[in-house]
Parts: sequence; C-alpha cells; structure tokens
Amino acid sequence: MDTFSQSLALALALIVPAAAPPGAASGLPPGTLLWPIVALSLRVSATACAVGAGLGLLLGAWLAVARFAGQALVVGALNTLLALPSVVVGLVVYLLLSRSGPLGGWGLLFTPSAMVIAQSILVLPLIAALSRQLVVDALREGGDELSAMGAGQLLSALLLLAHQRLAVATVLLTAFGRAVAEVGAVMVVGGNIAGVTRVMTTAIALETSKGDLPLALALGLVLLGVVALINLALGLLQRRAGAAGAGRVIGPVAGVAG
Amino acid sequence: MSSVGLHNALLCPALPGVSVAPATPPGLIHLQQATVRFGAQVALREITLHIRRGDRIALVGANGSGKTTLLRLLNGLLTPSAGVRWLPDAGARPVTAMVFQRPFLLHCSVRRNLWVALWLAGVPAAQRARRQDDALHRVGLLALAGRPARSLSGGQQQRLALARAWAVRPDILFLDEPTASLDPSAKREVETLIDEFGHDGMALVMSSHNLGQVKRLASRVVYLDAGRLLADLPVDDFFKRTDLPPEVAQFLKGELPWT
Repeated sequence: MDTFSQSLALALALIVPAAAPPGAASGLPPGTLLWPIVALSLRVSATACAVGAGLGLLLGAWLAVARFAGQALVVGALNTLLALPSVVVGLVVYLLLSRSGPLGGWGLLFTPSAMVIAQSILVLPLIAALSRQLVVDALREGGDELSAMGAGQLLSALLLLAHQRLAVATVLLTAFGRAVAEVGAVMVVGGNIAGVTRVMTTAIALETSKGDLPLALALGLVLLGVVALINLALGLLQRRAGAAGAGRVIGPVAGVAG
Repeated sequence: MSSVGLHNALLCPALPGVSVAPATPPGLIHLQQATVRFGAQVALREITLHIRRGDRIALVGANGSGKTTLLRLLNGLLTPSAGVRWLPDAGARPVTAMVFQRPFLLHCSVRRNLWVALWLAGVPAAQRARRQDDALHRVGLLALAGRPARSLSGGQQQRLALARAWAVRPDILFLDEPTASLDPSAKREVETLIDEFGHDGMALVMSSHNLGQVKRLASRVVYLDAGRLLADLPVDDFFKRTDLPPEVAQFLKGELPWT
C-alpha cells in the first residue's frame, strides 16, 4: 500500500473507526484521539477569531473614516501585517508570556489561552484591513445618504458593516481559515503538549518529524476537510446573498499555513 | 444695463446686508456669498440664496454646474470654503432630509430601513412604529413592509427613499435628480408624491434636468453655470422673460453643450 492510499485509509479510520477497512487502524499509534485535537483546534481558532473580530472590525471601521496625520502610514502598515509570519507572532507572544517576560506572571505560556492570544494577533490585521476596505467601498455608495440622515462618521461605518454583514462573515471565515491552518504560532506558544495544547497542525508537524508520514497526511486530510466545511458555509452564504440581493461576498477561504 | 446689473436684477429676492434673515415668511437656510472649493477647483462661487418655508425651488443647469454641490452645501454635508451658511438659532433649526438620484438602501427589510432613518433622526422609540406605518402607507408600500428593500423596483426604492425622508417630518426636503433614473410611470408616481409633500408645507429644493418637471413642481428656479448663480426667478419668469443672461437663454433653447 503506498503512502497516499495508506493515508486515506488512516484518515477514514481516524474519523470513523467503525467504517475503516480491516487493518487500516493498525497503523495508528495507540491512544490517538482525533476528535479532542480537532475540538481544541476549532475552539482555539474560533475564540481567536471572536477576539480578532471584536477588535479588528472596530479598528477597520474607525480607520475607514478617521482622518489624522500618518493615516496612510497606519493603513500601509496594517496591509503589510497581512503577511505577518505566524512564527514571528509566536515568538513575540512567547517573549511576552515567558516567565522572564512582562506578562510572565500570568502563567499562560503553553496553555490554550496563549494560543488564542497568538492567533488573535495573527487574524487582527486581516480582519481590520479587509473590513476597512469594505467600509471604504460602502461609504462611496451610501456615506452621503447616511450623513444626510444624521449618522456620524463612526456610526455610519458601523452601520455599513452591519449592512455588509455577509461580506463581514466571509472576512471572519477567511480569518478562521488562516488561524486554523497556521502552525508556527501555536507550536511556539503552545508547545504541542498531548492532550493540552496539541492541535491539528502541530500534530501533523510532530508526526512528520517522527517519520509517520501516513498519519501526518491523514491529519492533513482531516484539516482540509475542516477548511472544506468552512468553504461550504461560505458557498451557502454566497447563495443566500444572491437570492436576497444582500451584501457583497468576497473570495473563498484560502488555507494559509505558516 | 451691465451684465452685473442684469445678473443682480435676476436674483430675487435681493437682500441687503449679510446675515439679516428676511422678515416674512420665516427663513430656514440662507447662504451669503458662499464659495466651495475642492482643492484648486472652485465648485461654487459666491452663492447667495435664501430658502423659506413653502419654497419649491428647482436647481437647473448643465452637468457640472454645481447643482449637487449646492444641495450638499445647503444640507450641511459640505461647509463653505468662504462665505456663510446661516441657520436659525438652535431650537428653531429646520429638520432636513435628502433624497438622492439612486437611493442607498440598507440590506434589510423596507420597514427596518425606515426604522434606521427614524432612529438616526432621534425619533423616540415609542413613535417609530406608527411613523413607519404612516410613511409606508403614504407612499403605497405598506403591503411590502417586510420585503427586502433592495428587492424592490427602482420606482419603489425611490418611493421608499421618499417615505424615509417624509417620516422624519422635514422642514426642507432636498432632492437630487430624484426621477433621473426612473421609467415614465415611476417618474409620475414620484413626482406626484413630491408635489403632495410640497402641499404639506415642507420646502422643496430639487435639482433637475427635466424642464417639464421643473414647470410642474417648482415655484422658483435657480440657474447655475460653472458654479455661479446666474438667475433666481419665479418659475413663470424663468421660462418667459426675454432678458435672461445668454447662458440661461442658450440652456433653455437646448443649445448649451453639456459638460
């Protein structure tokens, strides 16, 4: 059996042990528990996206309407941070949370909370930059009318985010895709501790380093399945947007690992 | 008569002084020598204009003459680069509303769009439901209250925009080419509503390229040319006088190239 077919059989055995072909599960290390790893991955990334959304949407809305010296520089910096390497985020958060760091007293290093912090920092620029652009575009269409109705600048921006809620949902799904697929930050600040901070991407990295390529690939297939589900949700949103003439929905989720 | 003298003679009413409001009828908004610049470009040049309760003013002129800029200035969406935009003291400030050529409707129901307009206008929550229904009834959209606003036809969307404006009980309604993108049937419906709103007592200030519409709806015509106000006349005078500035006469003859 070649590596890819072995991986497919293992992936099936991991997801539905009862439906696995005979002998497929024999390649699994004892005690391999897929669903706790998947659940932790989803929980960490979803929480990070919620935190990133709270801050990023507000920042994006504000940057769309604020006028201050150096604004172009801030927007440029924000756009640059779209390419922020996740391992750099991990390193910075590690330095902040390590025992000798300024936030070492919190005792968060190698916990899921540290992973949430790192992923929040990772998705914040993405959410802020894309939502800023959404608001800027929508202001061209309806900014004057909202102002004429009495809305202030920031209130107009927030109303336009609500108006473009389907596009905002797509931004958040994109951010989730980025978070759930990254490995660098969670590896550095989480430590890949089995049963505590091990998520899908760090598990894949571990199995690859151990030379267990079929299991690594099987986990990768599961991760792809999660991203596929996200894209399915996006597709449903797009269909709904088309049917109701509702807000513009942008791009598919791109799995951005790092 | 010099061209300046002719120009001044065509601006009515001619008010002496800078910030003195006309005694009767009560004034709502006055511009005195108001200029608007966008960078080096002068969009409006030393405009003096007085809007009073009951006025039905049509802003007329070629594309790029400054009609929309003047509407935005009157409505407070722009501030003059020079000159004065005068409003009555707080407490007597006119309530304004504006309807655009292509209304911007939020991605929500017809009723919710009205709710947002009333909320932004500061209408108390207890009054909003009744005002929504009144406004929708007024424009004939009550049966469509639950429909997504953006699924309405162009004419219905403009009627919703008029309902949204009417619901806040404005003293002045600004209309920026409100029927320009509508078919003849929808145009008639919208014109009828605008006419009724005028009869309700709200001042109307409307830009239009449609001179027939100007005759039907306006009592006063303001002609703009390259940001300058060349004529401010009762509607009959505007269409009948023979001593109009050459730019206005050319426009009325349809000979003015549209820029």
